[in-house]
Amino acid sequence: MKTIYLDHVATNPLHPEVLEAMLPYFRELYGNPLSIYEPGLKAREAIEKARESTAALINAKPKEIIFTASGAEANNFALKGIAYANQNKGKHIIVSKIEHHSVLNTARFLEKSGFAVTYLPVDKYGLINPEDVEKALTKETILISIIHASPEIGAIEPIVEISRIAKQKGLILHTDAVASVGNIPVDVQALGVDLLSFTAHQFYGPKGAAALYVREGGRIVPLIYGGIQEGGRRAGTENVPAIVGMGKAAELAKRDLQKRMDRVKVLRDKLITNALKTEKVLLTGPPEKRLPGHASFVVEYIEGEAMLLLLAAKGIYSASGSACSSKALKASPVLISIGIPAHLAQGSVVFTLGEETTEEDINYFNETFPQIISRLRGISPYAKGWEGMEGSSCTVQK
Amino acid sequence: MYSAKVMDHFTNPRNVGEMPDADGIGTEGNPVCGDVMKIYIKVSDDKITDAKFQTFGCGAAIAVSSMVTEMVKGLTLDEALKITKASLAEALDGLPPQKMHCSNLGADALHKAIEDYKVKQGK
Repeated sequence: MKTIYLDHVATNPLHPEVLEAMLPYFRELYGNPLSIYEPGLKAREAIEKARESTAALINAKPKEIIFTASGAEANNFALKGIAYANQNKGKHIIVSKIEHHSVLNTARFLEKSGFAVTYLPVDKYGLINPEDVEKALTKETILISIIHASPEIGAIEPIVEISRIAKQKGLILHTDAVASVGNIPVDVQALGVDLLSFTAHQFYGPKGAAALYVREGGRIVPLIYGGIQEGGRRAGTENVPAIVGMGKAAELAKRDLQKRMDRVKVLRDKLITNALKTEKVLLTGPPEKRLPGHASFVVEYIEGEAMLLLLAAKGIYSASGSACSSKALKASPVLISIGIPAHLAQGSVVFTLGEETTEEDINYFNETFPQIISRLRGISPYAKGWEGMEGSSCTVQK
Repeated sequence: MYSAKVMDHFTNPRNVGEMPDADGIGTEGNPVCGDVMKIYIKVSDDKITDAKFQTFGCGAAIAVSSMVTEMVKGLTLDEALKITKASLAEALDGLPPQKMHCSNLGADALHKAIEDYKVKQGK
């Protein structure tokens, strides 16, 4: 059976050229980049070359890039590293309610460690109002961390406006750009951020390679202590093949970004237009200010996991923010934050397109999706409408 | 994630739909939590002669509903009352642990349907 991968926000296949670039560093050029003989020097050179192209993708300087093992690590590093480096100035941090778990859970950890955290609300599209950032500031505020683009609802946040506020007050601004780098233009100068997290597997690089951009001169406390790797800011023998892969993937992403964006946007729009033709299917997130390959919906009267399984049975792979599809059995906090009632959040489904998605794939999807909705609605006791659902709460033991 | 039997009952659910002339109806669950099952039964001489269901929920919830409606046909009411979460899960070759509580509502919905029948009969 032909499979159609519409979960690019989860991860991406490795680009063949990236694999090609990585291969020599597993067997032939396996040296430790700290070693002073030939294979070590070659590995060191490869890392520095990767650092250049990785930096170029976000318009940063190579020395502003610290390689990490994941976007989650970069986010943990940014929040903890900045909080601990600046705790003598204040102990207040601002994040939004729609941050990734790696930001939210780090913020919660910092709360337990004596920091105060404000969780900013978002509007019905998932967008932050920069005025809310300003209102949340206290004399103690040291750091603002706002996601650049939401992987769940595709919303692109007004980072430039928020950075003006941060600059005016002399505060540090971090953005989690894991879902945006490689999918839309991301320029740290234009955005005006001090720190930015991003990961290679979002742009056809390998898993296990990511980076934290730290503006030149920025002080950050390490997450991992040990040797002098990454300028002493992130110890541990470098994952050379993965870093090389990230560098190559960044080079390709920079070269092909506009082409990739233009292509997926046309297909994505076609998908959204068609999906909304089915009754009681609602788009989640903003119609315009969203990632070009991102489509997310709630489908009323049916549940997300059931949709994913039936789509998978038809060869279509996708994601959901429903409680049942999550291991924690909790509805997505992002959907709750944009005001979707819990029973509607159950019908969450997210489709993300990528480089290998074709028009034929979308035609097949457009044919299949309404069939699956109608099949599940045929089983649902709510096919004719919700009965007395408003204000209902969950009492089932989970 | 799911056993072959769960996938079979989920993708080809048996006994789907409303039963306008049902003798007993039982609903369990809440869509806010995730799953809702509505079970309809037809009873004759203390025996369940037919059963149907409507379910809002995940793959496990739909499979459980399908399985319970299959299992009860031909059983006496007392026999049907012996169906439990555990026996349903076993009949489906197991359910993932996180699905045992919130999606395995088939036995509860069935017991409610039997209760509804008894109340309607004045028993």
